[in-house]
Amino acid sequence: MISDITIGQFMPGKSFIHKLDPRMKIILMTAVIVFVFLAKNLMSMGAMVGFVILSMLISRIPLRMYFKGLKAIWFLVFFTAALNMLYIKGEHVVFEYKSVTIYEEALWQSGFIAVRLIVIVIISSMLTYTTSPTDLTAAIERLLAPFKLFRLPVHELAMMMTIALRFIPTLLEETEKIMNAQKARGADMESGGIIRRAKALIPILIPLFISSFRRAFDLATAMDCRCYTGGKGRTRLNVLRYRFRDVFAFLLVGGLCYGIIYLNSLAPSLLVR
Amino acid sequence: MENINITSDLSEKDEGAEIQISIQDLYFEYESTDDSPPKEVLHGVSIDIRKGEFVALLGHNGSGKSTIAKHMNAILLPSGGKVYVAGMDTTDDALLTDIRRTVGMVFQNPDNQLVATIVEEDVAFGPENLGVPSAEMRQIVDDALKAVGMYEYRRHAPHKLSGGQKQRVAIAGIIAMRPKCIVFDEPTAMLDPRGRQEVMDAIDRLQKELGITVVLITHYMDEAAKADRVIIINDGKLLTQGRPSQVFSHIDMLREHHLDVPQPTELAQYLREMGYDIPEDVLTPEECAKAIMAAKKN
Repeated sequence: MISDITIGQFMPGKSFIHKLDPRMKIILMTAVIVFVFLAKNLMSMGAMVGFVILSMLISRIPLRMYFKGLKAIWFLVFFTAALNMLYIKGEHVVFEYKSVTIYEEALWQSGFIAVRLIVIVIISSMLTYTTSPTDLTAAIERLLAPFKLFRLPVHELAMMMTIALRFIPTLLEETEKIMNAQKARGADMESGGIIRRAKALIPILIPLFISSFRRAFDLATAMDCRCYTGGKGRTRLNVLRYRFRDVFAFLLVGGLCYGIIYLNSLAPSLLVR
Repeated sequence: MENINITSDLSEKDEGAEIQISIQDLYFEYESTDDSPPKEVLHGVSIDIRKGEFVALLGHNGSGKSTIAKHMNAILLPSGGKVYVAGMDTTDDALLTDIRRTVGMVFQNPDNQLVATIVEEDVAFGPENLGVPSAEMRQIVDDALKAVGMYEYRRHAPHKLSGGQKQRVAIAGIIAMRPKCIVFDEPTAMLDPRGRQEVMDAIDRLQKELGITVVLITHYMDEAAKADRVIIINDGKLLTQGRPSQVFSHIDMLREHHLDVPQPTELAQYLREMGYDIPEDVLTPEECAKAIMAAKKN
């Protein structure tokens, strides 16, 4: 069934990372992603990789889940690494055959790029695996709050995100119903070329759109009945609060960032630029 | 069409109680989109709903019963006449929030009323809008969920619940705003028999235990039979009103207006026509069984 698809791939758990305040998680994970780009020699990159592996273990998310996330980007990793290997020029030749020359610097560069890509994917999957969509939305609303000064409709964006998350399973279910109804009337959606198949989607999309508008109208009335008047003066059931463990995690990642800068200064950069 | 009136004998138990919703000579027409004249849906309806009362609003499709309901918390505003909620005029914009927190509304499709991805957050939506302090919110949400028997499901995702459960969550979302009255617009129309029973039980409890005034719009006569008062709407006019036993005893008149009567009432009428001595005001299967037993003994 299509409605079985989990949204945001959240995997409930009780690990240290699950329990972190979602705002802190977003901030810290962004910091890690930024600093993986700043690691320039083996020592600092080693520290970064060690930290990421440690967090993967702490998160208690089965490792195969992370590999599943990586599957989609293997090609990208391989392709970028190969290109870098072929095109970057350096001083120490490792391998030479006809017009292909590979330098030692190019090997380091491609290795680093591959590690960076992998770390980005692992860290962002970690965020979605360990944070419920509701928490994520609440955190984004709070983190973006300062942008209200620039007239960014932060509350409205968060509300839209919540409603979208709420209605994705409902609409998937509805799509399935409509597809079955059209199949029962003889619609053929599996055969034919791409144009024919795209055309076969029209009798599914039109009823879906019409019913979505009806739902939107109903929902708006229901929200009116529940005194919704926008973000002003709203309170929240679950208030996000930083706790001791958030401070601890902050210090830990802060230490890592400082460590990377320090380790960078101990040995020369292995990168070309 | 002549207006059959048996309004003299209202549910006497509430006579004199405070009037919560007062609809006075209500006219309503939908604005037309093209040149055709506006379509008048309600032609002078007057209804008073008393505090703590359980009123059922009946009528066939297009009779205007839902339109009346939507006037009770200012979703629609009268084209003519007045609607007062606890003394507040619904056309007064400044009172809108107060009116809507006094009269809550539950609709037909539970899916289109739930806003949040987690049950308890959805129930909190109303109080959040009203600016209830976070410290008090937890208690309000828990109480509301317990009142409809959905407390164990507070951390569930709404789309994983059954229709009856979703509708009960929607009811909890309204209770959490602490309304004095709840209008139910065909709340069981999309549910299976079990879901219907769950929702009707919840509505019953609200009225009896929390003292909330209930206005129930329904197609199901057995649901209407539980009300203190039944109001029948036909072609945008009030046809008749009274205690359920009173109204449903006019079987021929109801048939004429394409309305059903509860099955026990219908059975009682057939038996009466066959010469058995069975009273007219039979509503529930139990009453029906007793009446048959009594008739048999004679």
